[in-house]
Amino acid sequence: MTPYTPDGPHDPSGIHNAMDAVEEFLRMGGYAAYVWPAFGVTAVLLVGLFSWSRISLKAAQRTLDLLQSTRRARRRDLDTATRDSDG
Amino acid sequence: MANMHRFANPARFVRIATALMPWLLGAMVIFFGAGLYMGLLASPPDYQQGDSVRIMYVHVPAATLASGVYAFMAIASAVALIWRHPLADIAAKSAAPIGAVFTVIALVTGALWGQPTWGTWWVWDARLTSVLIMLFLYLGYMGLWEAFDDDRRAAKAAGILALVGAVNLPIIKFSVEWWNTLHQPASILRAGGPTIHPDLLTPLGLMWGGFLCFFAVVLIVRMRREIVARRIQALQTLYVADDGHAAAEA
Repeated sequence: MTPYTPDGPHDPSGIHNAMDAVEEFLRMGGYAAYVWPAFGVTAVLLVGLFSWSRISLKAAQRTLDLLQSTRRARRRDLDTATRDSDG
Repeated sequence: MANMHRFANPARFVRIATALMPWLLGAMVIFFGAGLYMGLLASPPDYQQGDSVRIMYVHVPAATLASGVYAFMAIASAVALIWRHPLADIAAKSAAPIGAVFTVIALVTGALWGQPTWGTWWVWDARLTSVLIMLFLYLGYMGLWEAFDDDRRAAKAAGILALVGAVNLPIIKFSVEWWNTLHQPASILRAGGPTIHPDLLTPLGLMWGGFLCFFAVVLIVRMRREIVARRIQALQTLYVADDGHAAAEA
């Protein structure tokens, strides 16, 4: 709140006006208890879904890479083994 | 060899989708950034609802797109069932969790708006009830995919549920006209044009764009994951075949 002196409001830098403006914004005209949870729940759910989906994709890609490289190595071993046995 | 044809299309989809991603992400950030700035800061409060009207900037896009994504899911399911396009049921499966999240957002933000406005968090009117039913349909659809071991049978069951549940969509849309609802009637897509002031329509449109881009981005990520998962399954089947060959030659 802007400090008052006997000569009137004392706010040379305007910082109290700025802080009042922020407070007004956060207050949302008295509806803060409804507006901020609404945006908060939205943000949490959207970010959560996006993150979960990306993590899921990366994990699957890692598994695929592992499977593909392991399979290539196993096929090489199999080919070598059958070649050797044919003499 | 038949497997190769099944994956030729998905490979092209992944290429195109990956190229589009940065643009979609950029558009999403711009839409949400501008929408939040305008919606929270640079737009006036409503003369009746005060600042609680700002909840509409997340509630309306989430609610309309919740139905929109369901329609997408139903159409994709129909394409999968009729033409058996391999990407169609992947698209439907990938869209479902996004639609479910949008529905939850719509219900929760709606309740947060309703309490100061109507004096109640919930009412069993036609609009709210039919949207809640849509949430159950989404959850049922997702559950069906998990309930079957065979992907093709899961796709069929889930697809049928999606199509049957689509009858709920016109009910949701017209509920506020057909029944005496607490939820207000349409104020944008109605005969005679929108009844909302442009100062409020602009942030609404921007946030709607943000939600739409979010859907596209997450849909692509989830579809790519599904395609990789099927590739893994196919490889694991071949593994078994490899082991069979090795045993035969030993």
